[in-house]
Amino acid sequence: MSTLATSPTPATGLQLDHLRALEAESIQIMREVVAEFERPVMLYSIGKDSSVLLRLAQKAFYPGPIPFPLLHVDTTYKFREMIEFRDRMAKEVGARLIVHTNQEAIADGTQPFKVGTQRCCGLLKTKSLLDGLAAGNFDAAIGGARRDEERSRAKERVFSVRDPNGQWDPKRQRPELWHLLNSRLKPGESIRVFPLSNWTEIDVWQYIHVENIPIVPLYFAKEREVIVRGLSLVVQEQPFVVTMPGEKLQSVKCRMRSLGCSPCTGAIRSDADTVPKIIEELIATRQSERQLRIIDHDQDGSMELKKREGYF
Amino acid sequence: MAISQGAGAAGGMLRICTAGSVDDGKSTLIGRLLFDSQSVYEDQISSIEKASKNRNAGPIDFSLFTDGLRAEREQGITIDVAYRYFATARRKFILADTPGHEQYTRNMATGASTADVAILLVDARNGVRTQSRRHARIARLLGITDFVLAVNKMDLMDFDQEVFDKIVDDFDDILTGASVHAIPMSALLGDNVITKSDRTPYFQGPPLLEYLETVSVKRNTTSAPFRFPVQMVLRPDDVFRGYAGQIVSGTVRTGDTITTWPSGKSAKVNRIVTFDGDLDLAFAPMSVTLTLDHEIDISRGDVITVDPPLVSQRFEAELVWMDERPLDPGRMYLMKQGTRTVTAEVNHPLLLNQIGTVQVSTARPLVFDRYGENRSLGSFILIDPGTQFTCGAGMITNAVREAAASTHAAPLSFAERLAHVARRAASDEEAADLVRKALEEMLA
Repeated sequence: MSTLATSPTPATGLQLDHLRALEAESIQIMREVVAEFERPVMLYSIGKDSSVLLRLAQKAFYPGPIPFPLLHVDTTYKFREMIEFRDRMAKEVGARLIVHTNQEAIADGTQPFKVGTQRCCGLLKTKSLLDGLAAGNFDAAIGGARRDEERSRAKERVFSVRDPNGQWDPKRQRPELWHLLNSRLKPGESIRVFPLSNWTEIDVWQYIHVENIPIVPLYFAKEREVIVRGLSLVVQEQPFVVTMPGEKLQSVKCRMRSLGCSPCTGAIRSDADTVPKIIEELIATRQSERQLRIIDHDQDGSMELKKREGYF
Repeated sequence: MAISQGAGAAGGMLRICTAGSVDDGKSTLIGRLLFDSQSVYEDQISSIEKASKNRNAGPIDFSLFTDGLRAEREQGITIDVAYRYFATARRKFILADTPGHEQYTRNMATGASTADVAILLVDARNGVRTQSRRHARIARLLGITDFVLAVNKMDLMDFDQEVFDKIVDDFDDILTGASVHAIPMSALLGDNVITKSDRTPYFQGPPLLEYLETVSVKRNTTSAPFRFPVQMVLRPDDVFRGYAGQIVSGTVRTGDTITTWPSGKSAKVNRIVTFDGDLDLAFAPMSVTLTLDHEIDISRGDVITVDPPLVSQRFEAELVWMDERPLDPGRMYLMKQGTRTVTAEVNHPLLLNQIGTVQVSTARPLVFDRYGENRSLGSFILIDPGTQFTCGAGMITNAVREAAASTHAAPLSFAERLAHVARRAASDEEAADLVRKALEEMLA
């Protein structure tokens, strides 16, 4: 805590700066989960938020190991660099990694351009996530979602109850006062836990910076071969992502602002190749983080609908 | 630009909640605040401009920024609390936009429980309504002492000073003892939100945003007595035994003599352990792990302190009831306070959204402070053991001395207590469950 916490001073006027206050709150939440649930799991999606979550998990139980496994729901369409990074990080922190894929849907040839983004997400993310949680008999799933990401997420509790089908009823959420988290469940119910609820995108990046947390290199700008499609820059990793008439591959200095499946996540033009430059870019930018995530925009209130169905 | 990198270091983080009746314009005000302080992104504005076309609230319907649920947008009301985050060069803000409908009062309490400042909105045309009173009362109960009284929709009353003064007077008795900053406002048009309006020459104070940036909040968590509710015992190997938790108030140093409650046993702090290295001094609200110079029996739910807290099985509290199913004094509830969960009984019935002064008896001794002295150790929630819903939120006002009962009447036998528990359950299943839990507690 040397860089940000207040250095030794008299015990008056002590104030924890906002990043360390957020850190302390997240650690408190993770410890409550481990203390009160039988079989917790952490959803590890390899992105920047998951990377922060992983560091917080290391801190919460230090000097012990992370006391829960990591679950990655692999659609098989994630960027290759993400998968390499995932396997390396799991080894480094010494956590057990579970990878779950909806093999049946993949065998049926499910991909976004064939079945549409909604159905593709439904099968490869939501169903796969619910199956993965059921297979491990997990009663609590810790995720890296933040309330500032999207307006239905702004409504979500830190301890968010799911019915026996893994679904969210936003109209009947439990009151959640102070830091008293209700972990009681009815048979068949489970809970999603969001320790980063109160973090903003800038907080996440500042924390990555001061903590020197490793992240997937796709976040950093470099020259990449991409298809320029309107505002979106598409990285061609899957055979079904092809150029349309009039399009061609171009070398563009770009980076990912948010990581997802390569066919549905666009890169942005950027020169930001270090974390401080990314923070600078964010401060200057006027576009919200999930703008290039196609799945958020396929219909009005689409994130809420996905969440109701069980997407985290 | 609104979001600045260094924000928060000097001014810290301010937690705000809105309060007030439905249609007083809470969501519109928040939307205006976010929009004018440039905390809304362009693509969010364009997607909301698209959605606004189907509604009749002007070119941009600001409430669409915060009403994140489909049902809310369909009905044009706020159902649940929405948390929004914004920053200016002076400060970072967490804002809880809470619903005004009486039906959703519990969600308002959720948003208010962690707030430092409440913005109480009133429609200038209607003045003080029942729900404004209820919200003001809940916010006061929850310990909020700094209020903005935003008299909204002043544009519809020609910014008339008499209208404004009368509403401010009417709130006098409701907010007694609190610090109140009253502002004549039009959230829709932006008067006195970010910049001072020239249509209210009688108003001298700062506009809303400037007030929020500069208000100093008395939250002396580090100068209060040291309190450390134990979340878990970390024992990664045969040698290390540490107590993990969050310091909810005060400070601790290595070498301090601490006492653990309710056992009352003492030891010295040997190490303050963190992933980033040991500390000599730790303070609220840090999450740390303490090791002691010799082993004493400490488990989850215990509280480590330097000065003694209150310890009792009976106490008096202000209770907000949040469940459609009324509070039944004949039933057992689960109570979570600090990191401990126990069974509890309440002596007084309450209906949904009612607030009352009650006495609570617990199956095991609780370690607590008065809410006015320590929000963390003075607060509790009640959980319905049948539905597992969070049905009550309580603020402890005082311990109740065990009446001479223990010397007069013989304590209930095990069997009598179990029969008592079983009789009060709503169903056979619940009875079995409660008896099992009661047995576990008696044998613990």
